[in-house]
Amino acid sequence: MGEPGTKAPLSLEELDAAVGLRTGRKHVLSILVENRPGVLTRIAGLFARRGFNIETLTVGPTDNDQFSRITLTVDGALHPIDQVTKQLHKLVNVLKIRDLEPAGTVTRELALFKISAEAQARSEILEFTAIFRGRVVDTTKRSITVELTGDNEKIDAYERVVRPYGLIEMMRTGEIAMARGRSET
Amino acid sequence: MRAVDAVMECLKAEGVDVVFGLPGGANLPTYDAFYDAGIRHVLVRHEAGGGHAAEGYAKATGRVGVALATSGPGATNLVTPIADAMMDSVPVVFITGQVRTELLGTDGFQEADTLGITIPIVKHSFMIQHPLEIPQVIHEAFHIARSGRPGPVVIDIPQDLSRAEIPYEPVLEVSLPGYQPTIEGNQKQIRQAANALASARRPVIYAGGGVINSNAAAELVEFATADRFPVTCTLMGLGAFPGDHEQWLGMLGMHGTRTANYAMDEADLICAVGARFDDRITGKLAEFAPHAKFIHIDIDPAEISKNVPAHIPIVGDARNILRKLVVEYRALAPDPARLRDWWTKIDGWRSEHPLRYEDSTDSEIKPQYLIRALYEATDGQAVIVSDVGQHQMWAAQYYHFTRPRQWINSGGLGTMGFGLPAAMGAKVGTPDDTVCVIAGDGSIQMNIQELATCVQEEIAVKVFIMNNGYLGMVRQWQELFWDHRYSHVDMGEHPDFVKLAEAYGATGLRFTDKHSLVEDIRAAIATPGVVVADVRVTREENTYPMIAPGAAARDMVG
Repeated sequence: MGEPGTKAPLSLEELDAAVGLRTGRKHVLSILVENRPGVLTRIAGLFARRGFNIETLTVGPTDNDQFSRITLTVDGALHPIDQVTKQLHKLVNVLKIRDLEPAGTVTRELALFKISAEAQARSEILEFTAIFRGRVVDTTKRSITVELTGDNEKIDAYERVVRPYGLIEMMRTGEIAMARGRSET
Repeated sequence: MRAVDAVMECLKAEGVDVVFGLPGGANLPTYDAFYDAGIRHVLVRHEAGGGHAAEGYAKATGRVGVALATSGPGATNLVTPIADAMMDSVPVVFITGQVRTELLGTDGFQEADTLGITIPIVKHSFMIQHPLEIPQVIHEAFHIARSGRPGPVVIDIPQDLSRAEIPYEPVLEVSLPGYQPTIEGNQKQIRQAANALASARRPVIYAGGGVINSNAAAELVEFATADRFPVTCTLMGLGAFPGDHEQWLGMLGMHGTRTANYAMDEADLICAVGARFDDRITGKLAEFAPHAKFIHIDIDPAEISKNVPAHIPIVGDARNILRKLVVEYRALAPDPARLRDWWTKIDGWRSEHPLRYEDSTDSEIKPQYLIRALYEATDGQAVIVSDVGQHQMWAAQYYHFTRPRQWINSGGLGTMGFGLPAAMGAKVGTPDDTVCVIAGDGSIQMNIQELATCVQEEIAVKVFIMNNGYLGMVRQWQELFWDHRYSHVDMGEHPDFVKLAEAYGATGLRFTDKHSLVEDIRAAIATPGVVVADVRVTREENTYPMIAPGAAARDMVG
């Protein structure tokens, strides 16, 4: 055993095992913060110092211009996030945090797809786009640019469908999330 | 008035009577204001010395310490004290100069991203964006530093903004919507804790630095004596419970007493008060206190169940909670006789495993004996400020602290070089106390320049260097766990601390004979001014007992 502080070598398996409790699910953290410079750095730093990867991150204004809403998603299967959530609460500029349960949450993401669309493929792409309720926002003779909103599973599915036609590029905003029901997020 | 004059007004309004700092280009305006502000300013020789001095002042007095530095290298020299204050929850406000706003982000002369560098190690920090916000920010900084779980707050002020003319109105209140520490403690949880304590047969109170921070030492004694609860303290908690009390088990943890560690190991209920289950306390976490349920009282909710799951968490101020807990506990009137077997066991450990070392048969000074001699020479009444290393552990073991704020050291970060400047701050804060530094020959050299500050400012600290010519704690680990391969721990013969002390204008002494040591120490303390004693001790002595790294408490060695 590679005991801490001793000369016994530490195996890579031991290193892998020495991590905290993981929830195994995706976490959508909705964080209400003061609208000030540096707040994002403080939040991101709590993840970075633990080596956690933030999967998506959106920051935007709220109905009150003193506050901003940060929505970030982290994979609880990869990272033990309980402690980091508690530390987030301690930041002076953070007013409120909710770790949203997927079932009780409406999430939306916006994506732009630029797809290679030669004459024979064009109608098929448009058909799929209609099924996914996407919108064509730009086109050339050899390409189509589509705007799509939805939860991230829907956007993943659309990507799988159009990728074979030649995906020139794709951009996603990351999710925003709102609690279902009458109460505030 | 100028923004910097408003800074002075704010400092006075916060009751600041002394600051520690060093001027430079970016804080020239602030220093101009200090010229006739009527606040004592101690000119340190290195910003780190100033930062640790502010910590020592805060730890000795319970008030907020203040340290100042200029931009760039001045601010980066504060990084260690800031991190130290964060780890040990010390209320300090650090005010740094910054380059003019037009130079920000341009690699201007002496520019460093102070805010960015310090974000991971502060309780909170502010970069002044507009001169009008300066008064509000100063008061917010003091409020954040001292309330809740105390900690360091950095205020970075660009040079041009500090020169601005602003209308100054005293700030009467601060409002921080995102910062509302829980103080009171949930009554239902407190009642549950009382019930658990009343039915416990092998309880232990495990108290940490939080008890000292919340000024709850008297409440801790009252709680412990509401029944006959055994008490142990962490390194940071020493002095929170009297070291001469019959319910005192000694310090716990890596170099704690066997009695304290065995009691934790066999306890059925552990009541943690203002302590955080650090790895130096728990040893091998999976085998820590295997039979115990845990009550965890802490003002910081992020500490609850961080390392050890709490069965009864109580978030709030220790003083408030202990007061209520005593009332709830007394109302249950539990039978004290149920603890009799537990005490029999504890008394057995006490008589079988007292702290011990093998004394020399000649005149050689054993390091443990030096601490005992210091204890005797000061009647156990001095404020002891320690550096970091073997000497720190021996001081913690053998100087039996009887009151809070009598023991000042760097626990969490383990900062070598903390001792002398922290003692300087402590002596400024409590000038009537005898303030002694226990340092190693390694650690004293990390901030020895502050001898000049002490001499110039007539801050009469008494420094005892436990000189074994080694980086002793590292040597001990190399001996015990790395096959005796002493890699770069021999400090050699230099400097000559007596001559060095004299060069600084202090009194330099050298002690080599244990037979006259108590008298020598008395004489050193009676010598006016700054005194540095080079005490030659056994070269290769190990700090025992010890929970070896990765081992469980019951397997202590030595």
